[in-house]
Amino acid sequence: MELFQYALDNLDLLLSRTLEHIALVGVAVGIATLTGVPIGIAITKNERLAKTVLYVASIIVTVPSIALFGIMIPVLSLIGHGIGYLPAVIAVLLYSQLPIIRNTYTAINNVDPALREAARGIGMSQNQRLRMVEIPLAVPVIMAGVRTAVVLNIGVMAIAAYIGAGGLGTFISRGISQSDPRQLIVGAVAVSLLAIIVDYGLLALQKRLTPLGMERAAETA
Amino acid sequence: MIRLDNLTKVFDTPKGAVTAADHINMDVPAGEICILLGPSGCGKTTTLKMINRIIRPTSGKVFINGEDTTDLNTQELRRNIGYVIQQIGLFPNMTIEENIVVVPKLLGWDKAKYKARARELMDMIALDPDAFLKRYPNELSGGQQQRIGVARALAADPPVMLMDEPFGAIDPINRAVIQDEFLKMQQELNKTIMFVSHDIDEAIKMGDRVAIFRAGRLEQYSTPDELLANPKDDFVESFLGEDRALKRLNLVKVRDVVSDEIGTVSPGDTLETALARIDDFGYQNAILVVNDRRQPVGLITRSQARTTKGYCRDHFQNVPATVSLDDDLRKVASLMFSNDITWLPCVDETGRVCGQITQRAMTHHLGSRFRPKEQAPATADPATKE
Repeated sequence: MELFQYALDNLDLLLSRTLEHIALVGVAVGIATLTGVPIGIAITKNERLAKTVLYVASIIVTVPSIALFGIMIPVLSLIGHGIGYLPAVIAVLLYSQLPIIRNTYTAINNVDPALREAARGIGMSQNQRLRMVEIPLAVPVIMAGVRTAVVLNIGVMAIAAYIGAGGLGTFISRGISQSDPRQLIVGAVAVSLLAIIVDYGLLALQKRLTPLGMERAAETA
Repeated sequence: MIRLDNLTKVFDTPKGAVTAADHINMDVPAGEICILLGPSGCGKTTTLKMINRIIRPTSGKVFINGEDTTDLNTQELRRNIGYVIQQIGLFPNMTIEENIVVVPKLLGWDKAKYKARARELMDMIALDPDAFLKRYPNELSGGQQQRIGVARALAADPPVMLMDEPFGAIDPINRAVIQDEFLKMQQELNKTIMFVSHDIDEAIKMGDRVAIFRAGRLEQYSTPDELLANPKDDFVESFLGEDRALKRLNLVKVRDVVSDEIGTVSPGDTLETALARIDDFGYQNAILVVNDRRQPVGLITRSQARTTKGYCRDHFQNVPATVSLDDDLRKVASLMFSNDITWLPCVDETGRVCGQITQRAMTHHLGSRFRPKEQAPATADPATKE
């Protein structure tokens, strides 16, 4: 009850930090999609390059977020953004690459070779094949990658509160430093709920973006 | 129309170079269906796919309508060649209509024109445009999908079509139906078609010409009838099968074998006359009774004519079967076997008796082609057996 009371009393703050959180993750994953999808498509042309890129992206994900923030402080201090918004977005951007690149690469690579041959045989150029056949068929799996990135990074962004990026993590970091379990728990629950709700929302979006004729393929993601 | 000139493909594999197609020379006249036939790995598919450059030739040239295709833009070349593959390859993200009009769209047709074309094609393949155009491929049966695949290949009305085992994945009953539909369409369309198959019966049914491949070489290239009558060597002979004479039954029409000499009696003749006629014509068992419009009404058997007195009209038996001039000998043979008789009357389109076909004439016709004679096979490939 005490928790509810706290949450209600601080509803404005809770909402503004939630929006802040969403904005941070949204911007970062948005940029990551714009870079990751083209990279994922590009590396389908070269198996060795694909292995290298996926390897690097995997390594990035293994770096603990708190360490990544630490590494970025001296680097970004050179342009006066050692802490705050910029390093948080960059970290999320980096963590998002693996699920988005990997899913794009897998989805494009898994397009039925017969469809690719049919597309070539009727005279589509490489770009037309991508635009008319391969990308539409890959959309469900690519979207699944975006979803993974978003959910993963809602958690990462909570930690970014330590470098002053704002968001729901602020409740948690203050809860810890002030030994205030109310703030800590409200923050943690809010982050979890946000992740679940956003995941469902993106799932609905994924279904809408899936071409009508292949609804079943969406389930595999 | 399509000419292959020393077309060769060598694949580099980890085990060394493999020659998939070895100096293939062929000429397919306009409007004909040429079947590329052979066991798997014989080079027939490689040869087909070099024509639209899905596989790049190592050397040699492809001429279409006299034009060397080597220097043409690959995509433009492909848009002017219909392509049908065994796996069908309809795009699951597109409706049936979008699938059909994809090539016209690539060619920049305007919307009204390609929409009308889609409906026209649906009529041609006997699927209701209103019921199907807005649906998706995965809602259709395999046979329906392949009809759409054929429609897509025909959409921009290309003069040439390449078909890679197009009906191979369809169940036998539907396959026969689609083959018949396709042949009927081809009678009007007159496309020049290269068609890969591994099924000898399909080749005989569909092909105006058949090219037999073996280990990358063109072994024999001739009409189905010529092929079955004069296989060039032991390989071709064994590939065609020991029943190849029976396979020819499909190819020969009653028209080719019928004898217009047939002795008949009319209902008003006496059985005595009938017996005399049976002896005159040298028939063993029976003679046909025809009415005044020369329609078959029955049979008078020798034994009956000998033992009974009276008129034919009172003593005939039913005619077991008749055949028409456009039936093939397979049907004739089947009717003969099932009725235990050695001859059948033939009727023309109006139902009038116009001759007879005998088992002896059939065996003679089929057998005459097997007697050795000097005849240059239509094979262009000078390759000889190792």
